[in-house]
Amino acid sequence: MPASLVQGDSVLAVNIGAATTRAVLFDVVEGEYRLLASASTPSTAEAPFLDVSEGVRHALHELQTVTGRTLLTADRQLITPSQPDGSGVDAFVSTLSAGPALKTAVVGLLEEVSLESALRLAEMTYTRVVDTAGLNNHRRADQQIDTILRLQPDVVIISGGMDGGASRSVHKMLEPVGLASYLLPPEKRPTVLFTGNQKLDDEVKGLLGNVTSSLHFSPNVRPSLETEDLEPASRELAQIYLGVRQRQLKGLDVIASWSNGVVLPTAYAEGRMVRFLSQIYAGSKGLLSVDIGASAAVIAAGFGKQSRLGVYPQFGLGENLPALLQYTTLEDILRWCSLDISSGVLRDYIYQKALYPASIPATKEDQAIAQAVTRQALYLAVQTAKRNFPRSVRVPRPGLLPSFEPILAGGGALGDAPTAGQSLLLLLDAIQPTGLTTLILDKNDLLPLLGAAAARNSIMPVQVLESGAFQSLGTVVSVVASASYGSLVARARLTYEDGHEAQAEIKGGSLELFPLADGQSAKLTLQPARGADVGFGQGRSGAVRVSGGAMGVVIDGRGRPLILPDDPVRRRELVKKWLWTVGG
Amino acid sequence: MLAPVHHILPLTTIQRERVLPTNGKVNARLNQKVSPADVVAEASWAREHVLLDVAGVLNLSPDAADKLIRCKVGDRIAAGAVIATKPGILPKIIKAPREGRVAAAGGGEVLMEVGESRMELRAGIPGSVVQVIPDRGVVIQTAGALVQGVWGNGRVDTGILTNLAEQPDSVLTAGRLDVSLRGSVIIAGQCKESDTLQAAAELPVRGLILASLFPSLLPVAREMRYPIVLTDGFGSFPMNSAAYRLLTTNVKREATLNAEMFDRYNGARPEIIIPLPVSSELPPPQDAATFAAGLTVRLRRPPAAGMIGTIAALHPGLSTLPSGLRAPAADIKLENGEQVLVPLINLEVVG
Repeated sequence: MPASLVQGDSVLAVNIGAATTRAVLFDVVEGEYRLLASASTPSTAEAPFLDVSEGVRHALHELQTVTGRTLLTADRQLITPSQPDGSGVDAFVSTLSAGPALKTAVVGLLEEVSLESALRLAEMTYTRVVDTAGLNNHRRADQQIDTILRLQPDVVIISGGMDGGASRSVHKMLEPVGLASYLLPPEKRPTVLFTGNQKLDDEVKGLLGNVTSSLHFSPNVRPSLETEDLEPASRELAQIYLGVRQRQLKGLDVIASWSNGVVLPTAYAEGRMVRFLSQIYAGSKGLLSVDIGASAAVIAAGFGKQSRLGVYPQFGLGENLPALLQYTTLEDILRWCSLDISSGVLRDYIYQKALYPASIPATKEDQAIAQAVTRQALYLAVQTAKRNFPRSVRVPRPGLLPSFEPILAGGGALGDAPTAGQSLLLLLDAIQPTGLTTLILDKNDLLPLLGAAAARNSIMPVQVLESGAFQSLGTVVSVVASASYGSLVARARLTYEDGHEAQAEIKGGSLELFPLADGQSAKLTLQPARGADVGFGQGRSGAVRVSGGAMGVVIDGRGRPLILPDDPVRRRELVKKWLWTVGG
Repeated sequence: MLAPVHHILPLTTIQRERVLPTNGKVNARLNQKVSPADVVAEASWAREHVLLDVAGVLNLSPDAADKLIRCKVGDRIAAGAVIATKPGILPKIIKAPREGRVAAAGGGEVLMEVGESRMELRAGIPGSVVQVIPDRGVVIQTAGALVQGVWGNGRVDTGILTNLAEQPDSVLTAGRLDVSLRGSVIIAGQCKESDTLQAAAELPVRGLILASLFPSLLPVAREMRYPIVLTDGFGSFPMNSAAYRLLTTNVKREATLNAEMFDRYNGARPEIIIPLPVSSELPPPQDAATFAAGLTVRLRRPPAAGMIGTIAALHPGLSTLPSGLRAPAADIKLENGEQVLVPLINLEVVG
């Protein structure tokens, strides 16, 4: 039985992704938690391996080779707690995103109230909503039954009825779910989450208790018309996710037994970490985390006590990739590409990549296409997530993102880019941040793993975060301006600690970089052109202390929203120029 | 590092589980010889449901309505048959709107199953039934050549293998398809036009083995009633040399195309099986291996996507690829003598 996480314990954390399984070892060095080593191997959830524990064991074997620390017994079981001879670990935590998105049916009462909240809840984990039903839905009960029988959802989320409110209408919604479940073979019955009027819990139990795969309850996601509370339900949904996955993925029970029965959805753990960080580092700005991998794009944002989590399998870069074309065009993807690639070649790439989600670009052309696809998928994910940000959060202009500090980025496509400059440019293009922010790259995908550990050890995440385990790309100033190409949008002056200065005039459509190494700081003075906003408000000048990073201090004068030229030759030249500016 | 194995085998033992998605009747017996088109199991289920709100229509409580309902679960009901009657001077009668079976009754309601959908599960491969899975299906075993594909359109059929691909990169056009090919399973290279798929349907052929297909043709390919298996992928790939050699040396033999959709979570893959006689039972092929020098591999992505080569050397640690990415990699000696650096994750062992 693994020991619980307490201060001083060594912690082994494993993330089982759709393409990659990563194992990370943390331990206390000179009184503080540090990332000791990480190792990754291809995931084994899919054929021909069909056993997630195989990939985990291989990753642990790699970790053993790197660290010289024995982690597995001769029969490949985890050694826990750590032994006097230095083998083993004290605690093990795990996150999971492998597996197909859960087919989810969402049932609510009013479309713009409980149904909307339930849909937002479904978006908080790896789901694909296959059906929605509400009071305004004009399908008869028997038609709804047939829909459920045909789609065979893994999960049904039912919301509706304010606490103490409607019961008859809710009852009417439950009936098709109950009857359809009754008609399905036991192994195909859905797991049901009821997040509606809490007074109806007993009635729901009576109606659905015997006919569902398992029945879960959480506090009402919409206790009143004005209030929405998704957090407790998302916690329950995380448990449901694990339950469904344990039925679907062989070997997960082994990993769950190593981690005391708790394997968190990667996105949930990431959301938890962002919530935690946005509370402890509460400033005037929110905190944003973006992650794009084979299974989904995950956008988590914290605004003090409020947080938002969006999980978008439709923007994942793996087996779902062809579905991206339902949300965008080949031309919109190609606008990001520095090479002259035909739409046919791009389409072939998308379908071929979906056949081999874990494969990586080996040639320059493949890499250019892969980065264009990543940009567009992440761009769409951020734009989708933005709709759910609290209305109270100030944005510099309608339609733009609020200013965040910092922005954390993870996922294979971002963390594994060949150069820091390419990661930076990809993030600037896809996220299009505004104002002043620090861009931080999570190359080892630590954020969700720290989120998984945070519930039982709140010290470790903070110490690891401050230990330099994340790579700072630098400070970015994204000028909000609608200036034409080549016209002045701002003046910038960087005063280094030794007193010397660097200055630049920032022109529309350009990127300027000031070198400033990681760990160094400097004073940045910014003077926007008329109508422009450099983060201090429209037309306002100011000075601020900034930190360095791999790319120093970056002033992005390309405008927000970033509009690329229509002419493909000119556009490619510009994209090449930007790429060259950040080091190629 | 673990390596997936892509089967292109001249002679092996092949075992395949064929199961219904729901409980049904298994027709095949243990040790029975089956051909691909044989129906080994079948199931039927209601096409749709009708929910009769007896309590609501009769304006009664659910309990009171239940007492008036004349049918019970499992009853077969004719269209117009009385489901419930509320006595009175003007009695209210609820009748079955359609013929069907009572699936559930209670709470003042009756749920009827109406219409019937049937599914016939075909053997998919020729062979012997080595296991019967009660109510669900069978496990069939055969011996022969096996070529796995990467995409299939979900159909199954058997026919005589005919080669229309002079080269692995030949392009199949509608003009090449004439009436002499009716009933054949055709080996072709690439397909770039929907007319070609339509022409094959009009003959009709018993199957198409393509190296690659333009993704824009997928909707048409899915609609075809004959099986289509892609050996290499989407776009303009030539057929990999191992599959091409094996298929073309078996021309005029009977081949089964099981163009099953690739399901990465249960391992089902489209495949071509050419039954061959064996004197003794061969071990089934391994699905996974470990990368090592000397192994034959297939490249999944550029450079040289779809080509077959041999691992010349495994690089220690991480190597920098032409793309700039760093990953575990190997030098692959291609059949044309060229050597390329390929990340291991882009390789699969052929065997």
